[in-house]
This record gives sequence, C-alpha cells and structure tokens, in this order.
Amino acid sequence: MAGSANPFRLLPDSASGIAPRVDALTGFLLLATGLVTLIVLVLIVTFVLKYRRRSEDEVPPATVSRVSLEIAWSAIPLGIFMLMFYWGAALYVDLRRPARGAMEINVTAKQWMWKLQHPGGQREINELHVPVGRPVKLVMISQDVIHSFFVPAFRIKQDVLPGSYTMQWFTATRAGEYHLFCAEYCGTMHSRMIGRVVAMEPAAYQAWLAGVTPDEPPAVSGARLFASLGCAQCHGQNGPTLAGVYGSTVALSDGSSVLADENYVRESIVNAPAKIVAGFPPVMPSYRGQLTDEQVEQLVAYVKSLGAAASPSATRPSPDAAVPVTRPVGAQPPDHRPDFPPARNATDYDRPAGSQPHP
Amino acid sequence: MTTVPYNPDYGRPARPTYLSIAYRVSSWLLTRDHKRIAILYMIAITLFFTVGGVAATIMRLSLMTPDGRLTLPETYNRLFTIHGVIMVWFFLIPSIPAVLGNFLVPLMIGARDMAFPRLNLASWYLFVFGGCFTISALVLGGVDTGWTFYTPFSSSFSNTHVVLTVAGIFIAGFSSILTGLNIIITVNKLRAPGMTWGRLPLFIWSNYATAVILVLATPVLAMTLALLCIDRVFHVGIFDPAKGGDPLLFQHLFWFYSHPAVYIMILPAMGVVSELIPCFSRHRVFGYYFVAGSSIAIAIVGFLVWGHHMFVAGMSVYGGMVFSFLSFLVAVPSAIKVFNWTATLYRGSISLKTPMLYALGFIGLFVMGGVTGLFLAAIAVDVHVTDTYFVVAHFHYIMVGGSVMAYLGGIHFWWPKITGKLYPEWAGRIAAGIIFLGFNLTFFPQYVLGYLGMPRRYHAYPEEFHFLNVLSTAGASILAVGYVLPLFYLLWSLRYGPDAGPNPWKAMGLEWTTSSPPPPQNFERTPIIREEAYAYDRMTPQGSDNTPIIPLPAAAGGARESGRPGSRPESSEWSDQ
Repeated sequence: MAGSANPFRLLPDSASGIAPRVDALTGFLLLATGLVTLIVLVLIVTFVLKYRRRSEDEVPPATVSRVSLEIAWSAIPLGIFMLMFYWGAALYVDLRRPARGAMEINVTAKQWMWKLQHPGGQREINELHVPVGRPVKLVMISQDVIHSFFVPAFRIKQDVLPGSYTMQWFTATRAGEYHLFCAEYCGTMHSRMIGRVVAMEPAAYQAWLAGVTPDEPPAVSGARLFASLGCAQCHGQNGPTLAGVYGSTVALSDGSSVLADENYVRESIVNAPAKIVAGFPPVMPSYRGQLTDEQVEQLVAYVKSLGAAASPSATRPSPDAAVPVTRPVGAQPPDHRPDFPPARNATDYDRPAGSQPHP
Repeated sequence: MTTVPYNPDYGRPARPTYLSIAYRVSSWLLTRDHKRIAILYMIAITLFFTVGGVAATIMRLSLMTPDGRLTLPETYNRLFTIHGVIMVWFFLIPSIPAVLGNFLVPLMIGARDMAFPRLNLASWYLFVFGGCFTISALVLGGVDTGWTFYTPFSSSFSNTHVVLTVAGIFIAGFSSILTGLNIIITVNKLRAPGMTWGRLPLFIWSNYATAVILVLATPVLAMTLALLCIDRVFHVGIFDPAKGGDPLLFQHLFWFYSHPAVYIMILPAMGVVSELIPCFSRHRVFGYYFVAGSSIAIAIVGFLVWGHHMFVAGMSVYGGMVFSFLSFLVAVPSAIKVFNWTATLYRGSISLKTPMLYALGFIGLFVMGGVTGLFLAAIAVDVHVTDTYFVVAHFHYIMVGGSVMAYLGGIHFWWPKITGKLYPEWAGRIAAGIIFLGFNLTFFPQYVLGYLGMPRRYHAYPEEFHFLNVLSTAGASILAVGYVLPLFYLLWSLRYGPDAGPNPWKAMGLEWTTSSPPPPQNFERTPIIREEAYAYDRMTPQGSDNTPIIPLPAAAGGARESGRPGSRPESSEWSDQ
C-alpha cells in the first residue's frame, strides 16, 4: 500500500508480473557483487594486519607480478558480467514487449499533472484504476517538457516525451494502492507531480468503471474529426487507405519500409512530408500547429481503431455517424512491439482497386 | 642499483624555492610556474567546493522533513542545480588534473615546467572567468534546470539564468581543453633522459588518458551548450518538438561528453591511488602494465557507453542492449585495477599513514560505487532504479567516495612536497576516519531509498522515506565536519608545521628527489632515470633520503639511456630574475 509506514523496510511493494523477476535479478546482482566486495575487503584487512610495517626501515621482498593472475581476474569478472548482461537484457525484452490483448490507456503528461483516459472514454487525473490480472499498455505523450511515468511497485518507468509517443506496459498482480511518481525533473513542482495507481479485482474494477461517466472515447472523437477535416476526400479515394495500416509494415517511396506504430501515424499527420508512402505523391500538407495534441491523439486513436485489414469493418467507428463504439474485446489492435519486427507479416496494404497514383 | 655520484646539493634548500623566490601578488597572478598555477587552481577549486558544499548542506537540511519546509520548491531546484554544476565543472573535473596534475606532471617526468607555461596560466584565467559567469548566475537568482540541462525544459520552459550558467561552463571548458593539451604534449615531449613510457609513474598514465578525454570530449560539450543557447535565445527549435526538433538529441550529445567526463573525474583519482599504495606498502605496484593499460582501455571504451543514461528515455530495445553490453565491458578494466591494488598489498610493508587511509578508503568506496554501476548496467534493473536515489548514491560513491577521497589523499601525500611542511599525523587520521564514516552514513541509505522508489530531485517526498532521509542528513553533517578539519590543520601546518625534508614518506619517484618545496626549476640538474617506477625493493635499509635516483650534473647529459629528448633547460621563467 502507498504510504505504508514501516521505516525499516528494504524492499518496495511487489505488485506486477515483472516485479518479482526484477527483484530476482537484483538479488543475484547483490549476491555476486556482495561476495566480490567481501572478498576484496577481507583481503585488504588481512594484508594490512599481516604485513603491517614493523620497523621504519623495513624493505619487503619484491613484488612478483603474474600474468596468469591478471588473465584470471580479467576473464572471470568478464564472464560474470556477461551473465548479468544476458539476464538483464532478456528481462528487458519482456519488460518492453506488451502482452497480447493489453488494455490501452492514453497518458498525457503536463506540468505538473497526469491525465489518463481509458479506452471507454473514462478520464482520470493523477489516478489510474486498473484491473488485476489484465495487461495494461500505456501510450504516453507530454504536452510540454519531458516527464517520466514511474510506478515503483510495478518496477516500471518510461520517459514521456513531447512530440512523440512512448509506451510501457504492466500486469498488476495484487490489489492495492501504489505510488505514481514523475521521475524526470520537469520544473518547479516536479515533486508534486505524483499520484496513485489503484489496482482492483476485476469485479471491483467493473463496478468502478460503471460509476464513472465516460467522455466520448478518443477513437470516436477522432472519427468525427477525420470527417470534419475532410481527410476522407483523399484517404480511401486517391490517397492511401487507412484501414489496416496500424501495425502493418508500410513501404515508403524512398525504398525503405517502416512499422506503422503510434509514432508513425502521428508523424504522418503532423509532418506528412517526412515519410511518403510508396506509389503516392507527396500532396498531404503538414498539420503541425493546426491541431491540438489532444486532437492528434484522437485521430491516432481513430486510425488505430480501423485496426488490421483482417478485422471486419463493422467494428469501426463510422466517420459519418459518430456513434460511440468502444472496441470489442475480440478486436484488439495487432500486437505492438516497439522496435521489434511486427508479430505477423502484415504487408497487405490495401490500396483500393483501380485507384491510380497522381500523375 | 647503478652507482651514482654523491650529490652535495641534494635535499639542501640552499637556493630559493618556488614559493620563496618572489612574494608580490603579481608574482602569483602572472606566474608561469606550473607549481604556482597548481596552487592558484587549488585555491579556486576550494572556494568553488565551499559554494557547492553549502548548497548541498541546505538541501540535506531541507530533506530532513518530508514536506521540505526549510526551502521553497523553486529554491530547492536551484540548490541542486548549482550544487551539480559547481561540483562537476568547477571542482571535480579540474581537481586532480589541474591541481595535482599541474604540480606533479613535470616533477614526475623530470621536466622544468609544462610544455606551454603561458597557456597553462591562460587556462586558469579562463577557468576563473567561466566560474564568475556561473557564480553571477547564482547571485542573480540561480538556475533551475538541473546540471544536465535537459531540453526542452532548459531551452523553452525554464525562466531562470540558463544562458549565463551555460556560458560559464562553455568558457571553463576551454580551460579543460588547454590543460589536457598541455599534459599530453608535456608527457610526449619533455620526459627526462631515460624516462621511457614503461618507467612512467601510473599517475602520469592516468592523467595522460584523462587529458586525451578532455581534449576529445569537451568540444562536444561546448557545441551542445552552444546549440542549447542558440535554441533558447533565437527559438530555432533544434531541441523543441513543437518546431520539429528532437529533445533526445540533446541528451545524446550531452552524455557523449558527460559520460567520458565521469572518467575525467575518476581516472586521475585512480592514478593518485596507484601512487599511494606502492609508497605505503613499499611495493612496486602489482601488474604495472595492466594498471597502465586499463587506464587507456577505460578512456577508449568510456566513449561508447553514453546511452546507458538513456535506457528509459525512449531508446530502441536493440540500442539499449548494445549500450548495456558496452557498459559491462567498461567495468572490467576498473575491476583489474582494484585487484592489482589489492595484490600490491600482499607481502608488502604496510603503514597506515593518512594518505594510505584515504587510499584504502578509496578502494572500499570505489568498489561499492563500481558494483552498483553493474546494477545500473543490467538494463531491466536500471529501468526501476534510474532517476532515483539509487543513481544519486551510485555516482556519489564514485565521485565523492572515489575522486574526492583520492584528491584529499593526494593533497595529504604531496602536501610536504608542495609546502615543505608536515601536518599533524593524528589530525589527518581522525579527519580521514570521520570522512569515511560520514560518507557511508550519508550515501548508503540512499541506495535503499532508491530501490524503494524515491525519485531524485524531489523537494518533498512521501512520509515512508522519512527515516532514511534523516539518517542521510545526519551522515552529511558528520561528513561536513570531516571536510572542514583538513582546512584547519593544513593551514596550521603552513605556519607551525615542522619542516618535511625532501622525502618524509621515503617514497620513490622523481618528485621526491628534489627539495621540498622544489626550486623554481624543479631540479638543480636534469635527472637521468635508470630504473622502473616504484623500485621499492631496491630501497636501502638506511631509508630513502638517499634516493636511488640522484640528479646527475647536466654535463653528464650524454649518458642518455634511451635517446629521449630532455627538458628544455633554457625555458625557465625564473632565469631572468
């Protein structure tokens, strides 16, 4: 629990799937390094006592350096370090790769508060309610400076940047209230940019959810915005269709390809000329400065809700009739792994049949 | 041992020393003598250390209570920023290279001065000039960005004196570059006859490695800070995502300098310890070539690990892994040094004089700081502890437990050489003990605080962290006493201390073959080196006031052993006085 008063504790709460695994690695490090430290300490104390100077004019026998010893105490630490590296890196991959079917929460950081929005539109400030046992993926962006979303009990931390999304995920394993800290210095009230994460049993979470009047889900607002900005005049006509884009690999006009994650979609809105889809002319203007961060986020949410090409269009919010439709549990976005190859081979970029690129 | 002719001048300060040759203020402010410039640096960095230390004291007092009622959040943020800026750029970086390095590099290699004495003085003026800028920023209201100046907070949001502070660091950076340049050229060109690379004291090796980093890394910092100022003043948007810039670019550039800067702070400290341990165990250092080579290895690999400061900053998974791997790699040469120092003690003749207490304290604290660096290199653990007090504890163990302990150890070791006076040994030992205890009490609880999740740079914190913070503040007050004590007894020794004689520790090394304080030209005659460093096994039982390396008459200059160019005899600035 946040604020538990025992001042003599040495370990923080452990309340996420990854936490005990991080603690295990810490334990190994503590053991290995503690042992080496102890050996060095004992040797120093022994030598200092045993070989203390007995007379001012004492001249000890000459030092005999041994290359074999040098090699031994270079190679053995190197081996131990490589083990530490492997363990830390392997765990880090799991730490960064969200589990399938994770519930997505939008996090917006600003000086000096956390704004959070659930997929159903429920908003929270400086507080995040999550169900125990279900993976939660945080899609985070800052409106001003760099912040960092840190939940010690979950052993997770990720900087929150202005201008691009960062992601992290966790599965809460124990109900309770846990600290949420901003861990990247962000100005005067940095130390007050704190909140709590409330992990609840699924039933309690559903009850909590029912008690909160939801805002419009971001994907629905995004759909309305998509219509009002006239995006559909090109996208789906002469421009690239957006259905199924999110999570796919997009071929670009310069011959490279890019994984269409949140940051790609965002960049394509605020700075369209940066990456041009192969086969299309660079006609889309940049929307930087014309849309608020929140509007961009809604558009990104809408594009994401269009899902993979395979998912039926019936689950998509319609740009014409902005009916609040939350994403059904079955139609999760494709497994998103930042910086990893996409989980599936999604090159089926569905350009409408017969559409011609601009001459 | 080679027989050398008896030198009647040896150890007899019949001629003026570098201190007694002139007394006017201008003889100090316009000096080109590396020894006097070293003292100018010592005075300047002691003043800066006091400013940084007072800031730290107020911070620790404010952290006594969870709500930090002693200071306002604005004040607290300015305090930790100025503490970091002053301690890093105006104390730690110049501490050993510019004070002990300046004093000792020519003495240890048998030269009369640094290669460029005027440049040496100019670098001190640049340092002080830069310091004035930064201090004036403090006086005008301070700066609240943290010493890391992360964008876009520093470039677009902070409304404090960022440009003024950064200008001070920019200027002081040139002082670093010039000092580095001077050390490199001095070691390359001015070694006395017979002083081959394999005979160089390890202090020279580590300062040489440091100088290479100073010359290569500092320009990157200058460029980065210049970009920051351009962005802040002209709103170009280099680091501002609202204008298409990239805030992470700043972090990459900043750490490309600032991680090597960590080695600028610790490598010379390792050099000092590599001098103290052989002297007080009367043993040639174990594995000389491995200790020397590990300095070079650290200097090279140290340039490739900057990304480990950014594991949670938005770096790719693969990028993180590469930096994690390299960070583990750079730990190996440090481990090699520790094992070699420990092995040097084996079958030695160990005397626990004050400098040795600092050296052993250094090993203990450096090991604890070093192994916690492994926790931070293990990338999954770093995610949890980065930006918490764990990191604060880690780098204070390295920089304060390591560098400051070694600096103080070095000051105590060479104080008799610098001033010609002995301080009271009992006072030195007591201060060293107090510093060791106070340091551990201050910073060990911070490891626990960090793993519990207390973020750094927090003016106020949840109640559950109260007890450990009180412990840390209690330790800091003990530490403060430990730092003030040497100031008193060292100054006392200037007037009342007994004369030290040329070699009070019976140490090997060229600097101990000349009188204390040394004459303006360092050596009456150009020394000729005939054996390796730390030849303690060849020490005569009568003591080493008859050091084996006795300066030969200059006329014997034909007896060079390795064809090394000698120091330039005509370059003495005192020759016209």
